Amino acid sequence: MGKNGMRMKMWKPTGLALAAIAATAAVALSVPSAMAQRDPAYAAARAAGQIGEQPDGYLGFATTPTPAIRALVQDINIKRKAAYTASAQSTGSTVEQFAFTSGCNLIANTKPGEKYQTPGGVWKTRDASPPERDARCP
Amino acid sequence: MKMTKTGARRLAIGGRCLVVMTGMPALAGCVQIDTPDKPIEINLNINIRQEVVYRLDGDAKKLIEQNSEIF
Repeated sequence: MGKNGMRMKMWKPTGLALAAIAATAAVALSVPSAMAQRDPAYAAARAAGQIGEQPDGYLGFATTPTPAIRALVQDINIKRKAAYTASAQSTGSTVEQFAFTSGCNLIANTKPGEKYQTPGGVWKTRDASPPERDARCP
Repeated sequence: MKMTKTGARRLAIGGRCLVVMTGMPALAGCVQIDTPDKPIEINLNINIRQEVVYRLDGDAKKLIEQNSEIF
């Protein structure tokens, strides 16, 4: 009995420590996803099909944009170009090559209902079937 | 219609060439070139080749994942 009591006492702090670790891990996991969320206005314009993904790796207007949406897209495209430029430098490619490769992925990642541009320049709404992409896309 | 000496000579050479040309298919080792059935396509985006896209694909995926707020 005495031995069992000892063991119980020893396990208690360990259990608490485990709980603390689990709580820390949960916080650590939730922070990056909160940081990486899309701007609500951007998410709304995307979901509404006002803007969509182009084969060149940048956002485009599927319908005539409001000044606010135009500004939002320009801002994101500038940030995208900066990201493509940095990656192009580290991979020894051109900005256009890296942007195009990203465009292949971004069109593939569109959710049903979102807009994307075909290689022919036509805006299409993504459905359950695979999107129409450039023949060079992996 | 008057013909100059050079004109007559040219015609004669032309005629001889025609005979040689028409006789050609009968000769062995003759190279025949056919026009293609399909229209010739010229891809203007030659600076983005498929092999480059395949090489960059992993890095592009990583970039999109790490900067999801702008993608």
